[in-house]
Amino acid sequence: MPTITINNQKIEAKEGQTILEVAKDHHIDIPTLCHFPDLDVQSDCRICMSEIVGQKKLAPSCSTPVKEGMEIKTNSQRVYNARKTITELLLSNHDTNCTACERNMNCELQTLADTLGIDENRFENILEHEPIDDNNPSITRNADRCIKCGRCIEVCKNVQGIHVLDYMNRSHDTKVAPAHGKFLNDQVCTYCGQCANVCPVASITEKSDLEKVTHAIHDETKHVIVQTAPATRVSLGETLGMDSGSIVTGQMVAALRRVGFDKVFDTDFTADLTIMEEGHELLSRVKEGGKLPMITSCCPGWVNYAEQKNPDMLDHLSTAKSPQQMFGALAKTYYAEKEHIDPNNVYVVSIMPCTAKKFEAAREEMQVHKETADVDAVLTTRELGKMIKRAGVNFKNIGEESYDAPFGITSGAGAIFGATGGVMEAALRTVSEVVNEKPLEKLDFEDIRGMEGIKEASVTLGENTFKVAVAHTLSNAQKVLDDIKAGVSPYAFIEVMACPGGCIGGGGQPYTTTNAKRQERIDAIYNVDTAMKLRKSHENPAVNTLYEEYLSEPLSKRAHDLLHTHYKPR
Amino acid sequence: MLESILSKYPKEQDMLIEILLDVQNQKTDQYLSEAEIEQIASYLSLPTAHVSSAVSFYTFFSTQRRGEHVIQVCKDVPCYLNDSDNLVDTIQKQLGIGMHETTEDGMFTLEPTSCLGICDGAPAMRIGEHTYTKLNKDRVTALLAEYRGKR
Ligand code: SF4
Ligand code: SF4
Ligand code: SF4
Ligand code: FES
Repeated sequence: MPTITINNQKIEAKEGQTILEVAKDHHIDIPTLCHFPDLDVQSDCRICMSEIVGQKKLAPSCSTPVKEGMEIKTNSQRVYNARKTITELLLSNHDTNCTACERNMNCELQTLADTLGIDENRFENILEHEPIDDNNPSITRNADRCIKCGRCIEVCKNVQGIHVLDYMNRSHDTKVAPAHGKFLNDQVCTYCGQCANVCPVASITEKSDLEKVTHAIHDETKHVIVQTAPATRVSLGETLGMDSGSIVTGQMVAALRRVGFDKVFDTDFTADLTIMEEGHELLSRVKEGGKLPMITSCCPGWVNYAEQKNPDMLDHLSTAKSPQQMFGALAKTYYAEKEHIDPNNVYVVSIMPCTAKKFEAAREEMQVHKETADVDAVLTTRELGKMIKRAGVNFKNIGEESYDAPFGITSGAGAIFGATGGVMEAALRTVSEVVNEKPLEKLDFEDIRGMEGIKEASVTLGENTFKVAVAHTLSNAQKVLDDIKAGVSPYAFIEVMACPGGCIGGGGQPYTTTNAKRQERIDAIYNVDTAMKLRKSHENPAVNTLYEEYLSEPLSKRAHDLLHTHYKPR
Repeated sequence: MLESILSKYPKEQDMLIEILLDVQNQKTDQYLSEAEIEQIASYLSLPTAHVSSAVSFYTFFSTQRRGEHVIQVCKDVPCYLNDSDNLVDTIQKQLGIGMHETTEDGMFTLEPTSCLGICDGAPAMRIGEHTYTKLNKDRVTALLAEYRGKR
């Protein structure tokens, strides 16, 4: 255990730690730009430089291991000067119109400039304007804000295994872009938004639908309803100054009413419905010798990936629509009929942890009435945070309220959809009770919870035992697919989520989502589950009423028309 | 043509630069198209962004059609300090083209390049495979005339 000093403070470091890691353990902040927790260290940007007494050159804290007796300064004049120069140089090649920026007051570069006291840049601004990349429904790339830190490249290449983005050109002309320096929609981008989540500045963000939604809310002719995805209730608080993992379900519902939505519903309801449809689809595939393993289809990042990179696997995907789209389809049929509202005047907004959901909502397969989207607009958790602030709602002190009926009655099984393993767990709760016709002794399937990349469990249905698996991140998904292609996959059912940790770690969640924050949100979502009276989808009375009144039974003709879809290679 | 070139090479990712050079050199317009980059990427099972990044990094590759003689003037510091700007200016005026452009007759393309490794002879440039050092206005004028005469 090396003993070192940082800023004159004696510290026992752990073997093999970097300066940055030791500093973090002892609550000393060192700024980083190219480095992001959970991603590989690149040591490119040099903003993290520290002074090591006795060494001529400053050392990058993120990649310099500590050694016995090292005397480190992270706040000397030399360090300060270096950080300041680097930041000024970055700003000299940056669109510094901060007030016109998506991440004003929430930007790592702006924070650096502020803490370093850069009130005037010694360097002339030499930015050459690049076209904005926003010809897709999900993601906006603004190269004028890029500081070439490389985080997006890392996450797309190494976490997702896709490698859409890379450095193009060299030296002063360097830019970070998809192949040929072109647009995301020309390439195999899944719109998962992980790149946006790690970007320290506003170079990659969601394509905002905030204005569209505000307009609809203020349009008297529109009946504007909103659904909130499972994962948003454990992350929205972060965008409004609360700790990560805060459960804010009731406050969120109240805030959505204050903002002006006519009805506030819960995607957890259609998550329960998804389990009914998908669970029965699984049972019928098992019984009738259909394609196995069946793979979940509620994650649009994953569906995009399958369509683009694994078109030969599409018949493994469940035909069930995602909870978001089941909600949209029912809102414009069942709900409109029940409430006697012209479906053309029902405006459906979803609050999602996800950027790919914007793409999903824009798919032409997702239109029960020709040429109008079932879900009219999708806002990310971050966009909702902004909307709440803009509306002057004091979120922290607002009283809790409950969702509206009928799409507000939900189970814990619907809630855990937000975490990796949750869809599988919810399905197992229902499928095993339906088949075995007796209550499960234990509802918690702990083997498939948590941040492990690929998890497995087995379930006994009648006479047979089936193996199931859960994969999150697209590189893990590919591993599971490769086994299927090689004919060695032992599973009957597989859950895939594109984002690390599942939707709680989605691309539309509060910026700079680390794995530590993911774990806090996961813990929170299982707390939501255990606190619920209902914890099984098939016991949700509102779902059962929906079948009685409208759909008759899972996989019925009407259920097929409204709640199922198809996929095509792209 | 691309397929026959590719078939000469093992599907090893280390072969990337060799393949790119080979493909480019066999084309009279001396450049790599987007479609070619994509095919080469898929031949080696590399992401297109990776291949595209490599192509854009090295100045001996181009993604735009080029003329017969590619003139590359060093844009790095030693040459800059020895007035490479003036060199570029002279060439542009004499050929009537800007950077990254090709003369109408298809004779010359003008490009910048990173350091050629001959800083002691700054300012330096390369025409095709030949490098020229210690350049000034008169030498460049003479060189261009010489190349024109070759046709
Ligand atoms: S949205 Fe996802 S797939 Fe697309 S570039 Fe970003 S990380 Fe890669
Ligand atoms: S887009 Fe963002 S994450 Fe990617 S290199 Fe630029 S600043 Fe970094
Ligand atoms: S895991 Fe969730 S947040 Fe990520 S792309 Fe899939 S649905 Fe969206
Ligand atoms: S954070 Fe250490 S070099 Fe970029």
